[in-house]
Order: sequence, then structure tokens, then C-alpha cells
Amino acid sequence: MFVARSIAADHRDLIHDVSFDFHGRRMATCSSDQSVKVWDKSENGDWHCTASWKTHSGSVWRVTWAHPEFGQVLASCSFDRTAAVWEEIVGESNDKLRGQSHWVKRTTLVDSRTSVTDVKFAPKHMGLMLATCSADGVVRIYEAPDVMNLSQWSLQHEISCKLSCSCISWNPSSSRAHSPMIAVGSDDNSPNILAKVQIYEYNENTRKELTSSGGLTKFEIHIVAQFDNHNSQVWRVSWNITGTVLASSGDDGCVRLWKANYMDNWKCTGILKGNGSPVNGSSQQGIFNASLGSANTSLQNSLNGSSASRKQS
Amino acid sequence: MEEPDTEPPLTVVPGADPARTQLCFEWGPAEMLLCETLFGRRGGERRGAPGGSAGPAPTGCGVAGGGDGALGPSRVFVVRRDQDIYMETLRKLFNESHGIFVGLQRCEEERAARARNAQLVQVSKNYRSVIRACMEDMHQAAISARDSALHSQYSIQLCFFQVSILSAMELIWNLCEILFVEAAPAGPLLLRLLDWVQLHICDVDNMVREVLGSENPSKHKLFWNVVDIFVLQGRMDEARHLLSKEAIANPTSMNMYKILDDLMKKMPVPSLGNTQTLTEMELKWQHWHEECQRYLQDGTFASNSHMESICKILLGDENAILEKKELMTTWYHFLVTRLLYSHPTVKPMELRFYAQSSMDMFLGEESNPEPLDTILMAAFEFELHQVIKECSVALSNWWFVAHLTDLLDHCKLLQSHNLYFGSNMREFLLLEYASGLFSHHSLWQLGVDYFDHCPEYGRVYLELHIERIPLNTEQKALKVLRICEQRQMHEQVRSICKIMAMKALRNNRLGSALSWSIRAKDAAFATLISDRFLKDYCERGYFSDLDLIDNLGPSMLLSDRLTFLGKYREFHRLYGEKRFSEAARLLLMLMTAHIAPCSFWMTLLTDALPLLEQKEVIFSAEQTYELMRCLEDLTARKLDKQKFQDDDVETMKVEMLRLALARNLARVIVKEGTLEGS
Repeated sequence: MFVARSIAADHRDLIHDVSFDFHGRRMATCSSDQSVKVWDKSENGDWHCTASWKTHSGSVWRVTWAHPEFGQVLASCSFDRTAAVWEEIVGESNDKLRGQSHWVKRTTLVDSRTSVTDVKFAPKHMGLMLATCSADGVVRIYEAPDVMNLSQWSLQHEISCKLSCSCISWNPSSSRAHSPMIAVGSDDNSPNILAKVQIYEYNENTRKELTSSGGLTKFEIHIVAQFDNHNSQVWRVSWNITGTVLASSGDDGCVRLWKANYMDNWKCTGILKGNGSPVNGSSQQGIFNASLGSANTSLQNSLNGSSASRKQS
Repeated sequence: MEEPDTEPPLTVVPGADPARTQLCFEWGPAEMLLCETLFGRRGGERRGAPGGSAGPAPTGCGVAGGGDGALGPSRVFVVRRDQDIYMETLRKLFNESHGIFVGLQRCEEERAARARNAQLVQVSKNYRSVIRACMEDMHQAAISARDSALHSQYSIQLCFFQVSILSAMELIWNLCEILFVEAAPAGPLLLRLLDWVQLHICDVDNMVREVLGSENPSKHKLFWNVVDIFVLQGRMDEARHLLSKEAIANPTSMNMYKILDDLMKKMPVPSLGNTQTLTEMELKWQHWHEECQRYLQDGTFASNSHMESICKILLGDENAILEKKELMTTWYHFLVTRLLYSHPTVKPMELRFYAQSSMDMFLGEESNPEPLDTILMAAFEFELHQVIKECSVALSNWWFVAHLTDLLDHCKLLQSHNLYFGSNMREFLLLEYASGLFSHHSLWQLGVDYFDHCPEYGRVYLELHIERIPLNTEQKALKVLRICEQRQMHEQVRSICKIMAMKALRNNRLGSALSWSIRAKDAAFATLISDRFLKDYCERGYFSDLDLIDNLGPSMLLSDRLTFLGKYREFHRLYGEKRFSEAARLLLMLMTAHIAPCSFWMTLLTDALPLLEQKEVIFSAEQTYELMRCLEDLTARKLDKQKFQDDDVETMKVEMLRLALARNLARVIVKEGTLEGS
């Protein structure tokens, strides 16, 4: 059973990304109002905004957390062609009392010539590394060799994807069985482009590119399941922590959850959808609507013996 | 086997409007984040009036609404699954069933089939008593909440709702226990089913109490209802007892009463022990049935419609039984009554036919079965997988199906049904249930044991979940660590220690940071922290966290810098204890063995000063020569680096040292020269 509560985010413009930290106790939001906000979850489950600051001179597209092994670190990327790395500074005592914290910029990555559309930290076993992708199709991989000095980042790789890039995702696996891998998605609309998703694998000598269609590939690609329930453009997909549930979000304004049962049959196991009624401020009332689902009420009904009342005479 | 083709459950995101915005989302360990956004509004191509407080030039800001009216600022939503986990009242259920579950996994299997069966039945009963206990607690809580009017309507309603869910769960579990765990054979099967019906159709208890409690029970308007219900549930003694009151009150019906009473007394019932075989019982029953038939046909009860209807019920007349629908309230009650009075020696495999026809007769043609009906029907049909599947769909959390399936798996029932995925289903459900527990700040500990007993994926799931547990306090971190260490999850141990070390370092708690990095076996970090300690010492003149540094023991060897830190502190201790020659030896060793970093040599030499100035000569000649060599090395290096530096303090220090060393050398030569003599 899912339950949804709303939080008044107070951004002055459209929010483009939300991100949880590793433990799910902090979150960050970024917006077209050029700022990033950080929220902390209190003991009783309420979210409080503990920082809000201007990060870029353009819309901020994505914000992402580094692994807590590296401290409290965020990265953001923006239309202003830059990506930035931020670190939280443990504040003065009166700040702490007010529940506020400060974030300082550690570095600005200015190599891109176009809007930077996504930024993601690499899995922690690779050290402190991040990748950015830009509208002009270049993926850049940076590393901070000294994890205690976040102002020194060096550009390790530049990959030219030849397609406008919109998103990247690192392979989270820390298995020694294969090298680090990164997937790049494209929103290029040209009709003659076939491969919209590219997967790059790091090879000590060269960088090998393996595409999802045509050409030599090391990987076998199988379609496990296909669904067209969104009936519209699908913008985001993401796996949950255990890699057992996939969520997708589309132009139909819904988020759908997909899961396989123990027989490996995939089906939609939930839909998250707005009901269109404006709600002011943060609301706990949402719980009432969601939890007493239809399946449960009927179970209750049958127990109360309503079956007897359906006697025919 | 088909999946129940239900619509996926819809969760309402209050306030989001799918016609105007899309939802972007992110997974978290326990929750999910959603927020309203417009995916299409990106990039410089789509321009419009800049939103909010953006500057004049187009900055690629998402147009807040653009031409179709103001959108308003986006909202963020937090979506949580497994809301039930957070119900305080269910806490007991989760905790106690955990104990039963672990006990079942660990208990030694009895060899003899009968003993094993008894063992498993006991486990099943334990589960059920936990459900009942929780149900009663919740019922009490709901009643007191309602009476005190302190809680919201919503939460009271939720409590009552949960009570009914728990009641349904116990009903289903009980039936599964009878049919699957105990696998009651023909004969005892009926008795068990009678108990089951009596236990769960509670509506009658109030009525019974009312009638029995009244002054003149036989005059009570519900008197015959109560008698009827006793008969329908096979509670003959109680029925007869009530009837006797009627006979006393109404002497004219004495004859009828005596006959009816006799018939009821003589009714053969299956026995639990071995006192009669089924065939014997069937024979007796046949005779008895014929006797009842005779009395009915003779018109013995013609003048009293109530008694006549009872006699018809005794004869298993379906129409007569169905007339008492209101009293039975459910089709499964009707089923058991039917069986009692027409097929008391029913075999388990025959149940399905009677069940289906009972439901049809009771509910009538047009009505649709409710989920509970479908589940019970699947049980009567011995379709185990169907039962589990239906329960998974109907119930809001995995608790019930996970524990029931595990128990059935121990009864070796799942394998025989379908070898291919039998054991996988158990694990699948346990993994789901345990994963849900991990979203809770304390129930996650129960989840650990469940993962432990999932042989295929349990470990991986545990690794993934346990590293996400927020480490708010040291105690919690230590608890998590202990669990990881017990299971040799080295990477998780290292990671957790590193996270804690980093957190401590950021908050300037060097001692804590150091002990965590030692535990993480992180040499690089230990070096870093040791450097900080040393820096602090240089600035302040004393060490913090002395206890920790003094008791490093062999972990000192983790990193050179850490070793130096430990040894340096030891030097100070020796000095403090006035063990000067040992201190001197240590100090020298730190430099000559290159344990000390070059940056620290000046400090060490300065530390040597008081030893050089002592009344008693401490450093030997050889040691003094060594010290001088160190000083010269140091100044030579410095000259290389800082050509034009004129640090007055530094030069003065060096001068002082040279002087002190020279003086010491002089004294020691004399001393060592004269030592031979005296």
C-alpha cells in the first residue's frame, strides 16, 4: 500500500529534479529559479528545509548526492553550461539551533560549451568521480584524486556521443567481473538516429563503445517485457534499491511501477497519479484517500457478513 | 495458472494534476520522491517570458505556465509503501511472529511423521494466537479511542478496519491449518470445521447472552433463534439445555420435547480418538437418520413449527437450513451445517463440491463473491497457490502470505504442488516482507533474520538494505556493524565505518573519527586524522582524546602516521613518568627510523631540549651525535627549500639546539670518560 504526502517546496519556479541522499534522510531539489534546496527529515518524519541558495545563472536541471563516505557533497548542473560541486560546512552553533546549514561551492566544471543536462556520481568503489553530459553530445568524466580536497577535479575522459545527450546512468555494480560502465541517453529527434541509448565501458587502454543496436556488441540484449500503458512519451525510468521494481514517468502525468513475480512475469503493480484537486500547503489528509483501497474495503465487507444481506427472495 | 487480472492499485498524489504536469521521481531506501514538473520545458529552444525573478536574457528557465496560465510553484511529494509497518498496534504482531518464524526455521525436525505434524500444528496455533492477541489489543484501543473522543474519526475507523482485517486473516489461517497443516482426515475434519465455525461467527454470542441472561429465557423473542443456532452449529448439549426450559414452561409440548431431546442426544458424531471406524459411524448415523425421518413423517412435531424445523435440520434438509440464513450469516457456515447433517464423514477431497454448491445456494445466482469468499473457496478446493495469490492481492502487506507460505513450505506442501517454483515462492514472499521491514527505524532488525533464512537471495538483499540504514547514533551504527561482522560482510563494515569516520571528522571529533577509521582499516584516512591530531598538538600544545591514543595497541600499525602518533604520545608519557632515558631512546628512534614525518622533526628536536637541559645527563655521546646529525639534516633540507627565508624564531631555535647539544656532548664525554673508573 502506498501513501503520498505533499510538501510545500517553495521554489519560485518549476522544479526539475529531486534527489534522495544515500540513507533517504535528506533530499535536494533544484529548479528553474536557479537555486537548490536541501531538506532534512526530522525524527518524527517531517521534512524541513535546511538550506536554500542560488547555484547557477540558469535553470538547474539536475542535482545529485555523493556517497556519504565522501561526506555531505552535492553536484548540480545547469543551462548555464556548468556543473558544480558543493560541500556542506558544519555551521556555527546558532545556525544549528535554527536548523540551518551552509553549503559552499568547491568547484565549477566549465568545460562544456552547451547546457549540461545531467550529472551523476560514479559508484563509490571507483573513488570520487562524476560524469556530466551536455546538449552537444559530450560526456565528461571527472575525478577528485584527493577525496579530502574537493576543489581539485581533473577531467579524465571526454566521450563524444555524436547525439544530444539528456541523461546518464552509472552501472552500480561493484563486481570485479566487469569494468565500470556508463549508459547515456539521448533526446535527439533526428529520424535517422537508431541508437538512442549508448553504453560505454572503461577499458584500461581505450574506451570501448558498445551500442544497443547494430555493430559489434559484447552484451546480448533481450527484451524482457514491453508495456505501452503510458500511451505517451516516457521521460524517466529508474530501478529501486534492490533492482526489483522499475518506475517510469510519462507525459500522461503518471508514475507506473513494474515488477516481476516469482515466475518472472512482469506486470504493473502500481500507479501514482494526481487527482487534480489543489491542496494547500503540506497535507496529511492524503493518507486517508490512499490507504483504504478498494480491495481492502471489500475484504472488510465480506467479513462483516454482507454476503448474507445479498440474499435473493 | 493465471494471475488474477486486477487493475494495479492507484495511489493518489493529492494535488498533482496529470493534465497539466508530469511527475519526476527518485527512489529512496524507504520512500519515493515525486515532484511536479514539465519534462518538455527544457533547453534553450523553447523560450518564453522568463519565469520568477530571472534576469532579462533568456536563461532557459522553465516557463511557469507560459501561455496557459500560471502553473504555480511545484510541489514535492513523499510516497511511502508498506504504511502498515508504521502502525504501533501491529508492532506486537511483527515482533512475536518473528520469534515464531525463527523458531520454526531452527527447530529440529521431528522424525516421526505424526510428531512432526503435531509440531507444525503447534506453530500454526502460535501464529494464530498472536493474530488474536493483536486483534484484541487493537479492538480495545479502538474502543477506548472512540470513547475518549481524543482521536480523529479517521484513526478510529482505521483501527476498527484493521481489527476486521486481522479477524479475516485468522479465519483464513485457521482453515488452512485444518486443511493443510493438520490435514485432518474424514471424521475429525468435520469436528475441526465445526470448531472453526463456532469460533468465528461471533454475532450470535450477544444474542445468546441476552437470552440466557433474561428472566424467562423461553419467553424471549429470540429464544428459538438461539436454539436454532445451537443446532446449526452442532452444539447439541446447549440446545437441549435450552429446550428443557421450554418444555418446563410449556408442559403440553413435553412429549415432543422428549423425543426431540432424545434424537439430539443420540446423534452420532465422528470421534477424535480411535473408538470407532468411519464405517461404524456411518452405519450408526444411517440408522439415526432413518429414525428422525420416521418421526418427521409421523407428524410428531406437526403442532410446533419450531421443533419441526429443527427436526428437518437434523435430517439435513437444505431448504430448512437455508431458512436460517440470517443466523448463519455466511455460506461457509451453511456448508459446515450441511455437512454435519448430511455428510458427517466427508473426506477432504470431497469438500470442493459441497463448498461450491453451498456458496451458490447461499448467495444466489447474481451475486459476485467477495475476495474473502474466493480465498476460502480456493482453500476448500485445496488450491494452495490460488489461496496465496488471492491473499497477496487482497491484503495490504506481505505479513500474512509470507508467514503462511513459509509454514506450508515446512509442511512440504508447496513442492508437491509445483516443483518448478515451489520453494521460490516462499523466498519471494519472505524477501518482500523483510524488505518492507527495513523502511522502519527499529523493525529492520527483524528483517535481518528473515533474510538469513532465504538461501538464494537473502544475503544480497541484506547487503543492499543494511548499508542504507541511517546511522543516526553511534549505538545504531554499532548494532548494524555487529550484524555485518557476524555475517562477514566486510565491504559493508568498511563502508559504514568510513561513513561514521567522515561524519566525525566533519564535526571535528577527531578521536571518534580515528577509532572509526581504525575499525574500517582505512590507512589513508587514519593518516589524515593523525596528521590533524599532530597539527592540533602543535597549535595547542596538548593532545585531545588521550585515552584513545594511549590504547591503540596493535592497530597503531595501520598507518605510519598513526604509529608515529602513538609513539609520540608514548614519548610524552615516558617523560611525564620521568623515565627519561627511555623517553630519550624513543625520541631518537622516531627520527632515525624515519617513523616521524620530516615536518615534525623540528618539534621533536625541540622536545629533546628539556632532556638535554636536565641536571643528569640523559643522552649518550652516540645519541648526541645522532641528534646533531638529525639537526644538520633538517637545516640542510630547509636551506634547500627556503633560500631567502629569514625566520628569526626558527634560527633562534636552531641556535639553541646546537648549543644544548654541544653542552650535552661535553658533559657526556666527561661522564663516559670517568665511568670506567668509578
